[in-house]
Amino acid sequence: MNRCAVIGVGQTHYTTKRRDVSIAGLVREAALRALDDAGLTFKDINAVVIGKAPDLFEGVMMPESYLADALGAAGKPMMRVHTAGSVGGSTALVGAGLIQGGVHDRVLVVAFEKQSESNATWALTTHPPFSSSLVVGAGGYFAPHIREYMRRTGAPGHIGTLVAVKDRLNALKNPYAHLRIPGIDRAMVESTPMLWEPIRYLETCPSSDGACAIVLSSEDKVTGTPAWVHGAAMRSEPMSRARRDTVSPQAGKDCAADVYRQAGITDPRRQIDVAEVYVPFSWYEPMWLENLGFTAEGEGWKVTESGATALDGDIPWNASGGVLSSNPIGASGLIRFAEAALQVRGMAGEHQVDGARLALGHAYGGGAQFFAMWIVGREKP
Amino acid sequence: MRDVAIVAFAQTRHTDHDTGLSEAEMILPVINEVKERTGLQRFGFTCSGSCDYLAGAPFSFVSALDAVGAWPPISESHVEMDGAWALYEAWVRLQHGDIDSALVYGFGKSSLGDLRTITTLQLDPYYLAPLGLDQLSVAALQAAAAGVDRAELDEIVRRSRADGRGNPYALDLPEEVPDGFAVEPLKTADIAPITDGAAAVVLATGDLATRLCPNPAYIRGIAHRIEPHYLGMRDLARSTSAAEAARAAGVGKGAVEVAELHTQFAHEEPILRRALELPGDTVINPSGGPLAANPVMATGLIRIGEAARRIHDGTASRTVGHAASGPCLQHNLVAVLEA
Repeated sequence: MNRCAVIGVGQTHYTTKRRDVSIAGLVREAALRALDDAGLTFKDINAVVIGKAPDLFEGVMMPESYLADALGAAGKPMMRVHTAGSVGGSTALVGAGLIQGGVHDRVLVVAFEKQSESNATWALTTHPPFSSSLVVGAGGYFAPHIREYMRRTGAPGHIGTLVAVKDRLNALKNPYAHLRIPGIDRAMVESTPMLWEPIRYLETCPSSDGACAIVLSSEDKVTGTPAWVHGAAMRSEPMSRARRDTVSPQAGKDCAADVYRQAGITDPRRQIDVAEVYVPFSWYEPMWLENLGFTAEGEGWKVTESGATALDGDIPWNASGGVLSSNPIGASGLIRFAEAALQVRGMAGEHQVDGARLALGHAYGGGAQFFAMWIVGREKP
Repeated sequence: MRDVAIVAFAQTRHTDHDTGLSEAEMILPVINEVKERTGLQRFGFTCSGSCDYLAGAPFSFVSALDAVGAWPPISESHVEMDGAWALYEAWVRLQHGDIDSALVYGFGKSSLGDLRTITTLQLDPYYLAPLGLDQLSVAALQAAAAGVDRAELDEIVRRSRADGRGNPYALDLPEEVPDGFAVEPLKTADIAPITDGAAAVVLATGDLATRLCPNPAYIRGIAHRIEPHYLGMRDLARSTSAAEAARAAGVGKGAVEVAELHTQFAHEEPILRRALELPGDTVINPSGGPLAANPVMATGLIRIGEAARRIHDGTASRTVGHAASGPCLQHNLVAVLEA
């Protein structure tokens, strides 16, 4: 398998409504920033891979057709990935796959969502003919899983609040973050309305407009500062299955085991310096800490409570502010992968984790059934 | 590149109406068929192609996973594209060298909505979609630009329907061709029919390919290219992206006995034939092609599957499968298969 590196990252400033740009303008903005970071232009790109969550979010069907021009894809191969919420991560992996398989030398990967064009909560509320809608939006689906986690582990009710505050404090250090809330603290989070018990308004992710792009390169064509891909994996499992553990899905465990094996990681908490993990609802931090093997089952909430996942903790999670602070859904996974790359390139700015050498990028989607992960490192694998 | 072969192909008996099956129910038999034929129950990688807008609901691929039996969890991905691009992604994944098999499937029920209007939503949402150009109007622009002789188009329609009637999986469209324009110069009979259906393919490498299939169809070249979206920026009389993809895939490196082309409209056949520089003796769409069955999102994958089938049954040694996407053949994929 050929080596692959991230040599450019571009993001837009995430916000509720980007009325000043079209969808094409939005993705092009991120793409140009990634190319600029790599010191390249569209001419240097062999193929474009684009990802986003359901087309119903903007009301544009298979938008790669419309976006080919804005992304300089004319005359090149272009792919469109869609794996639900994990799509941003999967898109990066499909792009990396083109390099690892020796098909191309430089690939532009872009993911976006312009949620202001439509209403994502209703687009996420699936309806007949295929399934009856019992819930409204993703929060309605995930809240029972969180309650089950609390029941199993006996986690006290304030743990989610701690994550909500910690990630928003990190967001204050990230100029691209959507929610930058001065004076954020537990009292503020606890004063916000309960949306889906136990998830309060400030314990959920925002709806954002935004795009993220990365430039991937083969070893021979690296420019600038590379972040090397040490491991990459996807896993899926059915949404409904007898005895499926929706709190700690097997697909997540298997996916993590696969990337750790590729990257030679046996003790993730000790060996990984920083993790960008898909946490759209605060409680998913302790849940994923366990699912990803950073701690034993039942212990995740204690790790969160100890402050270990804060920017100055021993294993910072979501130094960028995470999905809780910026959520252009289709791009959210790619932002995790890109932020992991920025950390090991030493280019994360104010939210840089000192000396980060190995980072995890993680995304999940569907009914916590689709997983995409990669490990990137400062050194060549 | 690593040798990758198509070792099994299955498709539904496509229908022109909703038979009441859910998408997962529709896919299950073809998945089971390729599993039985290869004896494989687990694959190194799985990739599918579908479009949420056909079902009018988000995540139509999620419930489709139930047909695959994704337990224990599988390494899987999905493209919101025709299954032919899922096959491309799986081919790329097999180039990594760490796995030796892949399952690919595509599915669509275009009977559920108004396909002609739905495809309007694929156009630039600010400048083109509000004009209300539907799929047939857009295709008619290309038909006018191509200016193909009417007798030639009539013969393509007649031949496709006749071949389709001989293909148990395609629709039985009557010998008597309806007259009349849909959107001038596009005639009703020039248009691929509304169809529900699914298809599945198994890819394998190296020794596994020869173990699973007596005549593996080796992918000797596969490539795709996209063109600008705006029709005014393209010469609609030709397809430069199909030509570039064909060159990259190496179509011209040998004789082509059979070409299965993703022609959703009769006039696309001469355009593609010229773009792929297919010799006069190449048999086009012996399955009847999309003009005899067009299960959207599986149609392109079926072209590659049908091209492989000619090698599996020993009737051909070098074939071409083609898939297209976007308005007026904006995006084209070409695969060259050899015995």
